[in-house]
Amino acid sequence: MSELKDTIVGLLLKIAPEADAAEIKPNVDLRDQLDIDSMDHLNFVIAMAKQFGLEIPEKDYPRLTTLDDCVAYVQSRGT
Amino acid sequence: MSRTISYREALRDAHFQALSEDPRVFLVGEDVNCYGGTYAVSKGLADHFGADRVIDAPLSESGFVGAGIGAAMGGLRPIVEVMTVNFSLLALDQIVNAAATLRHMSGGQISVPLVIRMAMGAGRQLAAQHSHSLEGWYAHVPGLRVIAPATVADARGMLLTALADPDPVIIFEHVGLLALTDELPENAGAVEIDKAAVRREGSDVSLITWGGNLPKALEAAKQLEAASISAEVLDLRTLRPLDDAAIVATVSKTHRAVVIDEMWKTGSFAAEVCTRIVEQAFFELDAPLRRVCSAEVPIPYARHMELAALPSVARIVQAATEITRHE
Amino acid sequence: MSDFNMPSLGADMDEGEILAWKVKPGDSVRKGDVLLEVDTSKAAFDVEADHDGVVEEILVEPGHKVPVGTPIARIRQTGEAPAESKPVPAPEKAKAPQAPVKVAAPKSAGQAPHLRITPLARVVAKDLGVDPAKIERGSGIDGAITRADVERAAARHEEPHVVKAPPPPSGADKSKREGLRDAIAAAMSRSKREIPHYYLSQTIDLDPALNWLEKLNAGRPITERILSPVLLLKAVAHAIWEVPELNGYWIDGALNQSESVHLGVAISLHSGVIAPAIHDADDKSLEQLMAALADLVQRARHGTLKPAEMTDSTITVTNLGDRGPEAVYGVIYPPQVALVGFGAIAPRAMVIDGQLVARRSVIATLSADHRASDGHRGGLFLRAIARLLEHPESL
Repeated sequence: MSELKDTIVGLLLKIAPEADAAEIKPNVDLRDQLDIDSMDHLNFVIAMAKQFGLEIPEKDYPRLTTLDDCVAYVQSRGT
Repeated sequence: MSRTISYREALRDAHFQALSEDPRVFLVGEDVNCYGGTYAVSKGLADHFGADRVIDAPLSESGFVGAGIGAAMGGLRPIVEVMTVNFSLLALDQIVNAAATLRHMSGGQISVPLVIRMAMGAGRQLAAQHSHSLEGWYAHVPGLRVIAPATVADARGMLLTALADPDPVIIFEHVGLLALTDELPENAGAVEIDKAAVRREGSDVSLITWGGNLPKALEAAKQLEAASISAEVLDLRTLRPLDDAAIVATVSKTHRAVVIDEMWKTGSFAAEVCTRIVEQAFFELDAPLRRVCSAEVPIPYARHMELAALPSVARIVQAATEITRHE
Repeated sequence: MSDFNMPSLGADMDEGEILAWKVKPGDSVRKGDVLLEVDTSKAAFDVEADHDGVVEEILVEPGHKVPVGTPIARIRQTGEAPAESKPVPAPEKAKAPQAPVKVAAPKSAGQAPHLRITPLARVVAKDLGVDPAKIERGSGIDGAITRADVERAAARHEEPHVVKAPPPPSGADKSKREGLRDAIAAAMSRSKREIPHYYLSQTIDLDPALNWLEKLNAGRPITERILSPVLLLKAVAHAIWEVPELNGYWIDGALNQSESVHLGVAISLHSGVIAPAIHDADDKSLEQLMAALADLVQRARHGTLKPAEMTDSTITVTNLGDRGPEAVYGVIYPPQVALVGFGAIAPRAMVIDGQLVARRSVIATLSADHRASDGHRGGLFLRAIARLLEHPESL
């Protein structure tokens, strides 16, 4: 669980290098707290898809809003 | 509480305060008692303080300035009024050879806490013998402090600070300023006499002057503003020692300067100011310096010729415009 | 043999710090090879060789900061004889980081004509890296070159136009942030000082475009999906064909229209906004544009943009994003002549065919330089964007 979270935080830091891993709040909108735009978010979703071997349809993007969301989403997709 | 008074009244108030507060202070000069002073600065003081402290002197500048120096050496605090600066030439030896040097010559044993006030300047049709501006001559001499009140507040306050100085101080009072009025607080008093004062803020050109030409510079700044040229006006106030920092500061801000001086241009005090700018702020200059001085003639008597010979608002505006305007 | 000089990596750069050399004396380099990494006040850049050759000598060591235009290496062009055969004394290496670097004075044989220039203008010219001898005529008294003339000259050429950055405070990160802030301050102040902006806005119905895009994306794997801002960029790039006077630079009192469309894309970093270019945006397919934008954003975040991308936009687009405000009226990045802004895409009440309906729409704005174009033409440009977005399949 925490390993999965660390992996996702690692992906986030790649698209938002100015962010501080320790400061990322698990239940706050990532785009708001990291001040990233839709392009950054898409890069993040692409990285998630590659990392976990998932096909993530466009309609699922809202399920990747917070860090906790992302963890739950990856778990629900059975990885 | 404040009240509106003239430059002349401010000088008189300063004398009144000085004579009231310090029994060592006395005023000596031609016609200062019975007549109330040629320019009516000491009018009424004799009634209050009597002939021992408001003393009519014989027509001998060398004599009564010398007496003032002696009194100062003896512990008194004399104010010597010299009717106009041209008459002070008769006392040059006393001022330059005695007052300015005695501290030095005595190895610091003797001080000369003397204040000499002189009327000066043209503009009142007093012709070639009574219209001089020679403050730069005195500012040349180490051992003297030379100040030039240009505002009512400075007329009110500079004398008191000058009296507190342990060394001789010469105060130049431009006759063109005597009728100037301004509002002063009831408790107006001594002012510092070390620093120049920015009388108006600006960014395009500095108008640097002192004494009688300050009102002209301020009026010129107003006219320049109408032409979208922002002029800063610096009142030097004290010509010796000169406030170099203030001069460098204003030139560093505006990068252009016009120095306005009623002395003749050759050897004028403006020349000293310009030289200091070039020495200390050369790389701040974005245009040649300009001087607005008196024409190189004895000051004429005829009104229109006298005005033509003196620095004027129009000439200041023209000089500032020349170095500020871009093609 | 030629000197390789500290390049200008942006109109607002006056000096750069060498972070690391990627080559050493004796190395052969090809045009495009990365030679070194340079830190400007904004970001770190890779600097590439501009021709093939052999590195003869490194003149400035890492950790040293030098003004733009200072020789930092010697590169012998392919085919040239090695320097050793020439009796040229090796130039002195820059020593201390703060040591003033001598910018070689123009070597004038005999007497150069005396320049009529004010002392201040001479100082400012040196600071800005401007050769005052190249200023044709001064505007000051008696034709003297004044500070204003030098600043105008600096602004005109690619020569850096900079309000000199204050000495960096402690902390490199802080100084970089302030450096970018200074650069933005200088560019934006200049823009508002010199450019007579006019502003237009138009609400554009995006339903057709977004419906089309959703259908397109549904059938595609995630890496091939197109984001809506890309559609907007494509529409801008094509609309420029119809009103070309919005694309280019205002230089020396005249419009220099650009043949190419290099779209500057405003990207907000923590330290401030930058606007690197997508080159030849009008020639790119949606897929290529998407890839270019994704790449640009990522490299902007990592500080690995190329110099050319930072300097040669011909028009800028600022998109404050799907969570941004309704509309943005931007400040033109000089010497460009136009800036297009997009606010948030949101459902709005619109009247279509006489019916009041809720449609997803965007407010497009144009800030343009009135010296280069007029409101009527600007209006045509916004209408062209709207028309192109009604038929996204044609993009």
